[in-house]
Amino acid sequence: MSEAALAAAPPRARRRLGEALGGWLLSLPAALSFLLLLLLPTLAAVAMAFTDFELGLWPPAWIGLENFREMWEDRGFRQSFRNTVVYVGLVAPASVLLGLGLALLIEAGARGRALFRAVFFLPVVSLTVAMAAAWQYLLHPTIGPLNAALRNFGVAAPPAWLSSSDWVLLSLSAIGVWEQAGFNMVLFMAGLTAIPRELREAASVDGVHSAFERFRLVTWPLLGPTTLFVVTITLIRSVRVFDTVAVLTRGGPNKASEVLLYTMYTEGFTFLRLGYSAAITLVFLVIVLALMLVQTRLLDRRVHYG
Amino acid sequence: MRAPDSGLLVEEAAVTLGGTPILRGVSLRVEPGEFVALLGPSGCGKTTLMRVVAGLQAPAAGRVLINGRDVTRAHPAERDVAMVFQNYALYPHLTVRQNIAVPLAMRRLNGWQRAPLLGRLFSRAERAAIAREVAAIAAPLGLSSLLERKPAQLSGGQRQRVALARAVVRRPAVFLLDEPLSNLDAALRVSTRREIVEIHRRAGAASVYVTHDQAEALTMADRIAVMQAGEILQIGSPEAIYRDPADLRVASFIGSPRINLLPAAAGEDGVLRLDGAPLPLRTPARGPVTLAVRPEDWRIAPAGLAARVAHVEFLGDHELIHLDAAGTEIVMRAEPELRVAREEALHLSFDPARALLFGADGRRLPVAEREAAHV
Repeated sequence: MSEAALAAAPPRARRRLGEALGGWLLSLPAALSFLLLLLLPTLAAVAMAFTDFELGLWPPAWIGLENFREMWEDRGFRQSFRNTVVYVGLVAPASVLLGLGLALLIEAGARGRALFRAVFFLPVVSLTVAMAAAWQYLLHPTIGPLNAALRNFGVAAPPAWLSSSDWVLLSLSAIGVWEQAGFNMVLFMAGLTAIPRELREAASVDGVHSAFERFRLVTWPLLGPTTLFVVTITLIRSVRVFDTVAVLTRGGPNKASEVLLYTMYTEGFTFLRLGYSAAITLVFLVIVLALMLVQTRLLDRRVHYG
Repeated sequence: MRAPDSGLLVEEAAVTLGGTPILRGVSLRVEPGEFVALLGPSGCGKTTLMRVVAGLQAPAAGRVLINGRDVTRAHPAERDVAMVFQNYALYPHLTVRQNIAVPLAMRRLNGWQRAPLLGRLFSRAERAAIAREVAAIAAPLGLSSLLERKPAQLSGGQRQRVALARAVVRRPAVFLLDEPLSNLDAALRVSTRREIVEIHRRAGAASVYVTHDQAEALTMADRIAVMQAGEILQIGSPEAIYRDPADLRVASFIGSPRINLLPAAAGEDGVLRLDGAPLPLRTPARGPVTLAVRPEDWRIAPAGLAARVAHVEFLGDHELIHLDAAGTEIVMRAEPELRVAREEALHLSFDPARALLFGADGRRLPVAEREAAHV
């Protein structure tokens, strides 16, 4: 055996090497574009976060954690961070629950599924910046239809939705829910159709009578993976809120609607402090990565019954 | 004597889906303790009939009575039926113990007692009773050591037994099984047949078993209802269905290999003729008829129907000889000792007492042996 095996060994080793080389060559275009388009820019942004880089000032100096110290002490940033947390805390639960409710109602209904699905999905496919103009008109304190209706119902001084610091975050959150609920609804509908009909039938033969009991025994547990995905994606999309703020309020009034990405944008592109802006981006990135980690490591195991 | 209003009674049930009739006025009676198999090819309406009984499909016409109570319009939960689904339909997020307990918990605990965490405090006694019953059902099925597992951690056969346990734990009046063996491998399928019959006997319910596999129906059922195109063609014991089919479709559906069909003619004298040669059989019918002979009823004889051996299949305890008799294919079941060669020409006779005769409309015709019989 040994002689024959030894004689056969070199060509086999050469073939394996050739195969490995071929593999590397084939994956080279993808690897190269990943390196150039994703990895290097990300590393550059991370590196920039530890410098005082400003557009026009060269060379930038390495300042270590100075940017993060400034952020910690910056009342504007803290306000922006708090606003983002409030916004996410309002939009994520409301749009997830609303999406689930809409999906259940549309699935239960006999007619008009396609129509309702399209109606509620419309905000997702429409351009937010363009729709913001419509919202601006709807919420306008004097000529807006919402306040006109409120006045009709006897509200003497309806709030200035987008220009009062008490209401602006709530108004933006409402627009955020409107934007995201339809997307969540479509995801939940996909999850609902994946539940085997046999299970619902088994439940009713087993004595489940009411829709609520069926939801508790079958629908909700089997929607687990969908719900986890919807919650994660909604959280990430909410943290990323930017265009409604940029178009409707510019963070105002008096920073009452300043959010993370908008702060990053003004620091980087208005004040041209790219180093500080990169540090904010880094904080944002850490938040998003943490959310994804929670999904994959902790919750995923509890909702897949494999 | 049993009370006349016990068990399951289906009267003239009709179902139409999207303009296509699926059930055309089917009636069926199943006594408590009886095991009835609904047998038919796929699409014959057997599963629909079962779903009508379970309340998962509303009939367009007809009635369903369980223990004398009209449940035609009742919710499945109010019918006192239990069902084993083809794909088991176990709740994937619940353990085996919880799966089996669902039918009991749904009926004995109220909404508050079923609530998570707090509900346990208000239902100690009920939950203990349920746990005892679950354990009692699980033990004879060999599930005791698997109670804390999730369905995904079980083999197909184990899932099947969990589904059976969940169905019988409540002691339902009607026990429905929808092709429960179709997802098991061949060896397990045979051994599970007996297990299911034993579970049925212990439960004492009126059991309806849907299958397209005639071996399952013949081995398990007290009575078989042969269905085709939304109708029950015949209901009877396995022996009656096999030996005494009322319809050509029943005769050719039951039996493997298929029954042999030979075009014959009854003369003016009532004597049957095959290819012009008179047979020792007489019938009151006249004209073209179909003679049906089971593969095991053929014999090789010195004279009779001339045939040529086309192919021989050796199957261990017996062999199947495929013959060509003037263009008609005949399958004969023979002892393995019988040595015949391909292309060999021989003559066949059959047991006249076992021959079946069908008219042009597929109905069974009476047939009698002629005196002075010779083939």
